[in-house]
Amino acid sequence: MDYSQKVMDHFMNPRNVGKIDLANGIGEVGNPTCGDIMHIEIEVKEDKIIDIKFQTFGCAAAIATSSMVTEMVKGKTLEEAEKITNRTVAEALDGLPPVKMHCSNLAADALHEAIKNYRQGQGSSANVQKGCCKQLSNSCCINIEEQPEQ
Amino acid sequence: MKSIYMDHSATTPVDPEVFDAMIPYFTDIYGNASSVHSQGQKATRAVEHAREQVAQLIGASPREIIFTSGGTEADNQAIITIMAANKKGKHFITSAIEHHAVLHTGEYLVKQGYELTILPVNSFGVVEPDTLRAALRPDTALVSIMHANNEVGTIEEIKELAAISHEAGALFHTDAVQSVGKIPVDVKDLGVDLLSASSHKLYGPKGIGCLFIKKGVGISSYLHGGGHERNLRAGTVNVPGVVGFGKAAELANQRLPQNAEYLKILAQRLTKGILETTPNTILTGHPVNRLPGNVSVCFDYVEGESILLMLDSYGIMASSGSACTSGSLDPSHVLLALGLSHETAHGSLRLTMGKDNTTEDVDYVLEKLPSIIKNLRMMSPLGK
Ligand SMILES: Cc1ncc(COP(=O)(O)O)c(C=O)c1O
Ligand code: FES
Repeated sequence: MDYSQKVMDHFMNPRNVGKIDLANGIGEVGNPTCGDIMHIEIEVKEDKIIDIKFQTFGCAAAIATSSMVTEMVKGKTLEEAEKITNRTVAEALDGLPPVKMHCSNLAADALHEAIKNYRQGQGSSANVQKGCCKQLSNSCCINIEEQPEQ
Repeated sequence: MKSIYMDHSATTPVDPEVFDAMIPYFTDIYGNASSVHSQGQKATRAVEHAREQVAQLIGASPREIIFTSGGTEADNQAIITIMAANKKGKHFITSAIEHHAVLHTGEYLVKQGYELTILPVNSFGVVEPDTLRAALRPDTALVSIMHANNEVGTIEEIKELAAISHEAGALFHTDAVQSVGKIPVDVKDLGVDLLSASSHKLYGPKGIGCLFIKKGVGISSYLHGGGHERNLRAGTVNVPGVVGFGKAAELANQRLPQNAEYLKILAQRLTKGILETTPNTILTGHPVNRLPGNVSVCFDYVEGESILLMLDSYGIMASSGSACTSGSLDPSHVLLALGLSHETAHGSLRLTMGKDNTTEDVDYVLEKLPSIIKNLRMMSPLGK
């Protein structure tokens, strides 16, 4: 897989891994049966994301985009964070291979779910949104080229 | 940095002796094996010598071997031309763990109006004789079951499966691309009618392979053109490739018992080391009847591509059947056929060792791999 140096850096040295004790927004997207799960926790104070952490079950692109998303929104207002899309995340990583674009959807989706969850009820886990990436991101399943078998 | 190649089921390096044998056939003896002049005669002699070397490795007669561009072409030719030419019927049987060279050929046949049965395997990846017995029909013309699986290394009971097929009047083909050169393969002992092999899996060059066709079995050409390979495979013969394949076959024949024994010990050491240090890990494939250098495992809570890239950063090269490495949303069809869940298959890792791997290589992998899995699990929302 031809990943940019930035992707490799965020994959090998992921930023903000883990959970937050005082999280008041949680987002989880993906589904174990379609492969990937991204879990993001945020701590919001006065409309600002003062802390963010992630856990990801997925490929290098999934881990790198999660890490990048956390770096991009830390310290930002919710409004600024809501503007982040899979495209801006992928761009910040100097691009992703076409077959890996769907992984970046998960990171943006997980962030937006966490913000939604914060707005709905301040981090009660009952509100955590879960779903398969096939439903959540319509571009998830495009651009798929199978690798030849060896 | 270290460079430890443990992906020999994908391909192998060309052995230096094989390479040396090939060199003259690029610039000195460059003749077309079909030509009458002395350049052509020398090329023909080299091709026929290689045919003997390959035949000897699998216990065939040289006249039963035709050279192809590799395992894929051999599989296609065997299956498509036998199904097209036979008078018995339109039913073809294969297994769920075949290489795509066979499975996709079966799917192609369905589009052409043939019928296909795909046999399930048990949790070790074994095609059970009774499953085949139940699937055979009066109109079954051909059964194709691989000798050894490329992902999990399971070795199939070809002798028994071929005999069962013959009782029902069907021909039997085996894709032996992964077994030839690694374990003893004798076409007479196995009782197969057709067998595919590929040079680049046994330290020969890529783009060359062969199809064994038992004397008397009526096969036809798949590529149409000149009368090469006794009218069974058109196209100017790849002389350097054939020579390399022949040399590789000869060396494999000489070295097979030692290599197999050696790789078995390395694989045992690696498997034991992984399972002892890393909880929530399973060995996939048959515990005993498996290819000598194959160690295929699944780690819970982590994803294969991440493992591969982490290993690669330490100079260790391996492969995986996870969904993310396939580029599709589905993990390998082989792992699913074994009954593994999508989640488990996601954490697949295949380490396939070759003759140049050492005990030190194994210990180096065992030094790095457990902490890679630990770190990735810490990053995983599923990990404990
Ligand atoms: C079991 C099996 N069959 C067929 C093939 C295809 O062989 P080739 O690469 O020579 O076309 C391979 C390897 O890629 C294989 O492992
Ligand atoms: S997480 Fe599966 S391809 Fe990226």
